[in-house]
Amino acid sequence: MTDIKKVDEVSGTTTTGHEWDGIYELDTPMPRWWLWTMYGTIIWGVIYMVLYPAVPLLDDNTKGTLGYSSRAEVAQSIADAAKAQSGLRSKLEAASLQEIKADPQMLSFAKAGGKAAFKVNCVQCHGSGAEGAKGNPNLNDDDWLWGGSLEDIHETIKHGIRFEQDDDTRISDMPAFGRDEMLTEEQVDDVAAFVLSLSDTSAQKTETGAKLYADNCSSCHGDKGQGNRELGAPALNDQIWLYGGDKASVVQSIHSSRAGVMPAWAHRLDKLTIKQLAIYVHALGGGE
Amino acid sequence: MDPISTLITVAVSILAALLALFAASQAHDSIFFIHMLVFALAFGLMALTLVRKCNFAGGDGRSVAAEDTYCDTIVRYGVIAIAFWGVVGFAVGVLIAFQLAFPNLNFDLPWTNFGRLRPLHTSAVIFAFGGNALIATSFYIVQRTCRVRLSLEPLAWFVFWGYQLFIVLAATGYVLGATQGKEYAEPEWYVDLWLTVVWVAYLLVFLVTLMRRKEPHIYVANWFLLAFIVTVALLHVVNGLAVPVSLYSSTSYAAFSGVQSALVQWWYAHNAVGFFLTAGFLGMMYYFIPKQANRPVYSYRLSIVHFWAIIFLYMWAGPHHLHYTALPDWAQTLGMVFSVMLWMPSWGGMINGLMTLSGAWDKLRTDPILRFFVASVAFYGMATFEGPLMSIKAVNGLSHYTDWTIGHVHSGALGWNALITFGALYFLTPKLWGAKQMYSNRLINWHFWIAMLGICIYAASMWVSGITQGLMWREYNAEGFLVYSFAETVLILHPFYVLRAVGGLLFLFGALLMVYNMWKTIRGEREVDQPISQVITVGA
Repeated sequence: MTDIKKVDEVSGTTTTGHEWDGIYELDTPMPRWWLWTMYGTIIWGVIYMVLYPAVPLLDDNTKGTLGYSSRAEVAQSIADAAKAQSGLRSKLEAASLQEIKADPQMLSFAKAGGKAAFKVNCVQCHGSGAEGAKGNPNLNDDDWLWGGSLEDIHETIKHGIRFEQDDDTRISDMPAFGRDEMLTEEQVDDVAAFVLSLSDTSAQKTETGAKLYADNCSSCHGDKGQGNRELGAPALNDQIWLYGGDKASVVQSIHSSRAGVMPAWAHRLDKLTIKQLAIYVHALGGGE
Repeated sequence: MDPISTLITVAVSILAALLALFAASQAHDSIFFIHMLVFALAFGLMALTLVRKCNFAGGDGRSVAAEDTYCDTIVRYGVIAIAFWGVVGFAVGVLIAFQLAFPNLNFDLPWTNFGRLRPLHTSAVIFAFGGNALIATSFYIVQRTCRVRLSLEPLAWFVFWGYQLFIVLAATGYVLGATQGKEYAEPEWYVDLWLTVVWVAYLLVFLVTLMRRKEPHIYVANWFLLAFIVTVALLHVVNGLAVPVSLYSSTSYAAFSGVQSALVQWWYAHNAVGFFLTAGFLGMMYYFIPKQANRPVYSYRLSIVHFWAIIFLYMWAGPHHLHYTALPDWAQTLGMVFSVMLWMPSWGGMINGLMTLSGAWDKLRTDPILRFFVASVAFYGMATFEGPLMSIKAVNGLSHYTDWTIGHVHSGALGWNALITFGALYFLTPKLWGAKQMYSNRLINWHFWIAMLGICIYAASMWVSGITQGLMWREYNAEGFLVYSFAETVLILHPFYVLRAVGGLLFLFGALLMVYNMWKTIRGEREVDQPISQVITVGA
């Protein structure tokens, strides 16, 4: 109201003389360190703007005296990274899978690259430890549906399984014996019991089951349930089950068939990455 | 209002309600249908209330209220709205923090999905809690520092209820799935238009009150509040530009596309931080700290210089949200340079807040409310140092897209915005309801320390988590391949996400103590306990 400048007793500074709802303001000068730091950041800002692209003009902008560009920077770092790997990359591209496996330096590089690619592309189904899950095979063991050699694994990754867009995809087509009424419910039950007895000698089995198996299943899965990798028919004489080894799961498999799908990675990843993936998966423990 | 203007307003609101009903009948989608019904209901209630409040027999229906010097009823409503939306916003925040740690809490329902609840949380705390805090305190402050009753009072009531309607429309829209997909600007076109109407009314109320002031000078708090209102209007209108698919649809297309859209969005969002959460709250700071400390503001000159420096520099800092993107390099440079230059202007507010306490520091021992204000300014100082730091491209390369950003935002939001609002609520509640002081000082003290503990756990866990995340993302092995997949970083971060949720839970608990304390104060109760001041005197 009335502009009477008072002196604040605590600080010894005069007030500006204004008052609002009992609030006064002191006439303290701005702190020097504050002011100079602000000037400092402004000077730094001007220098930075001279060095780097900064000021928009009518149809372009100032380029900065350093000639910096973030696109050039990222292109450079990609080129540097490629260059650091270039010797090995071209060597791997030219080499066969067996040659890579035989050369410790190439092998170690391929395993590292395969591991990185596996983490991004494969863990979603096969698990972060390649341990698999129901319907998605464990890749650490030696129970292979389509073969465990380097070449077999490479082929599987490249063309996938039951992946319609790929003409060379791996296809096995087990009939849905129950759903399509090729076997009655009782018969499916008998076959399931027999299938379980292939890996578990204590399990109960019937003569009918054995006969039904011989007539309907052995052509693909083998007379002793040993499987057939040419056809992608799983071995039934071990304790490894892709869709569960309890009676109900086996009945379900025979009744409706399963037919899992894996993408053909040749459409998504480059050749070198697929090679590296094959080497990595092969080296997980079950490679042949 | 006199009977004639009441009748006109009633007619307009009935017309608006009918229009909304018509729009609902034409609606292309269920969200638009529901929202138009909400509009119709709101306008119907408005007409009804106006008719009931008006004294058609003549006279000024408001003569009783006019006896008071200031219009505080609206501030009382505001105080309750702040507390209510605060608890809602914090609670949703706690829920989504637990969702990040335990995804099952998404419940597999679209309405409870993280993607829909996250904007509900951000909008509830920023716009519902923070916005009501700004509107209510600005109405309180502008009357007192201008020594004049609030102008255009009916319009002020429209601002208050219109803003609550905006919040309800935004919140229900998010849960039902209506979004523009722009951060902090998610509401769809018709909600944006409604907010524009409300905001212009807010500007008018504030400006006219300011123009009719009985003080020769405009107090610094009002500079900041006016800058906040004007700039938010500008930001909101430009970033909200969109073409609706149909006038009866809840979907629209943004006016800008590609990198232009991104730049406009971050120009908006960064200035929402700068003018909503900084300038507006600095306005609160400039009133409540000198009042509570009963000391003059430290430096008038500093307040002028840092005010104009903030206003000028903040506008250009937005592009720092788009480092290393398709945004041209020159814009990235400007975003970074202006952010660094903002450091000292931002700190001007901290210095003026803290130094106002010189000669009154001893009050911190006895006054828990002052503690809230001082701690909030300290957090403001930390956040406004961290901000420029993170805008530097080399630092941003590590921090961007990580939890570090979340930690930064929350040290500002919980530390600065929420603490100062809590302080303001403790300041205002007894004054507005005619009590001598809050029901319990002891509870204020508990609230303070619980909130501090919550913030520290929150910010520290997010800093560690963010830097861990940033380092893991960029780690290459000797052969030149990335070492970690994204999923592996998520696994590592799980304990930090649990900790963060616990921090948020503490913060929510503190706010509930405050609500209880306010409730008791409003009911006129007073806790029988030994005041803290006595305890300290005895001890010392």
